[in-house]
Amino acid sequence: MQTIDELIAGAQVFAGLSSLQLQIIAACGRNQRLEAGELLLREGDPADTFFLIRHGTVALELHAPDRGRLRIETLHDGDVVGWSWLFEPYRWQMDARALEPCRLIAFDAACLRGKAEDDHELGYQLMRRFAANLLGTLQATRFQLLDVYGRAATPA
Amino acid sequence: MDVLLPRREDTPPEAMLPRVFEVVSKRQETPDTWTFELEPGAGGSLAFAPGQFTMLSAGGAGEVPISISGDPDRPQRLVHTVRAVGLATQAICRVVVGEQLWVRGPFGRAWPVEDLEGADVVVAAGGLGLPPLRPALLRLLSRRERYGRLVLLYGARTPDQLVFAEQHADWSGEGLEVLVTVDAAGPEWLGHVGVVTRLINRAGLSADRCAALVCGPEVMMRFLVAGLLERGVRAGRVYASMERNMQCGIGHCGHCQLGPTLVCRDGPVYRWSEIAPWLAIREL
Repeated sequence: MQTIDELIAGAQVFAGLSSLQLQIIAACGRNQRLEAGELLLREGDPADTFFLIRHGTVALELHAPDRGRLRIETLHDGDVVGWSWLFEPYRWQMDARALEPCRLIAFDAACLRGKAEDDHELGYQLMRRFAANLLGTLQATRFQLLDVYGRAATPA
Repeated sequence: MDVLLPRREDTPPEAMLPRVFEVVSKRQETPDTWTFELEPGAGGSLAFAPGQFTMLSAGGAGEVPISISGDPDRPQRLVHTVRAVGLATQAICRVVVGEQLWVRGPFGRAWPVEDLEGADVVVAAGGLGLPPLRPALLRLLSRRERYGRLVLLYGARTPDQLVFAEQHADWSGEGLEVLVTVDAAGPEWLGHVGVVTRLINRAGLSADRCAALVCGPEVMMRFLVAGLLERGVRAGRVYASMERNMQCGIGHCGHCQLGPTLVCRDGPVYRWSEIAPWLAIREL
């Protein structure tokens, strides 16, 4: 059976970290399984746990009173679920729901923030990786906002 | 920059004469898009290469360039998928089975599917970029054993805007890896949600073996090709179908100029390395 540090070593978000750094991060993680339909995160709840998807699909959702449940993005193997644990006030901004049975690594956010405070090199390396991930998400969101399919494509 | 190799064959005079075709089938793809199957009123069928287009008209409402979306191995029926977005396309989309459409062509440079034998081929489409790629997909699948992986990355605005949706499972069964995403969806949609560029990661491509055929809104193609190049796919192995104001279809009127090229004659399919410098000039 693989240990947590072995499981997270292949994730893009932790690529390039030393084995010691992976072990430190892994000490804040545990395996978790979720059934289809279960919520990982709920809007407004404390952002005390975030997830790395080992296997499965997770949907990020927002509720709008007149439009119901809106699916914003789906996340898949190797993706991180949840960023609000990084910044105050540490509250989730949307729901995350398992769309199928999922295997995940759940990380204790306070634990990892504490490790980063104690070891600024680790904190810097984590922030670099999470910032790159957030940049990708921001760019994709901007692209989504362009609504590029509103016009006919070529030559149609 | 690679040197562009434009089509140099002489255009026959009849290229400006429309032929009459009868609509024998009309199928609604999305709320504003229909696929028409046409048969020639007189003369032979319209042989074409994947990626070519015709100038299509309902008569009296102007002509528009429309990519052929049918099977190049079955040219007996000319297939076009048309979205009603302007006067000419709205007039076309009002035509019903038994009525006529006027056709000139086929025109333009084709997807180089034969040149890609042995490669993993990624076919990446956004919105109505899939119809121009469908003939290439069908050609690739009809010669499936000649290629490595065949992967379709297809993005649309919402699930009800996906075209040829009922064919995706068939293509999958024939050896195409079909990855579909939409920009937004309700809870009833169980597929991917997110921009089409996100699918590149999911595809797990081997850059050194990979070639790509890309069609969609220009900004989508820019983002998508940037993603492919970041992963090591060579610009000379990426092909894109471009849109400009095509009117004559034979490189005479000059309306569709893109840099030193005319899209109707030298395109619409270009090697990305040929056109990337021109796409960086905002006024073009």
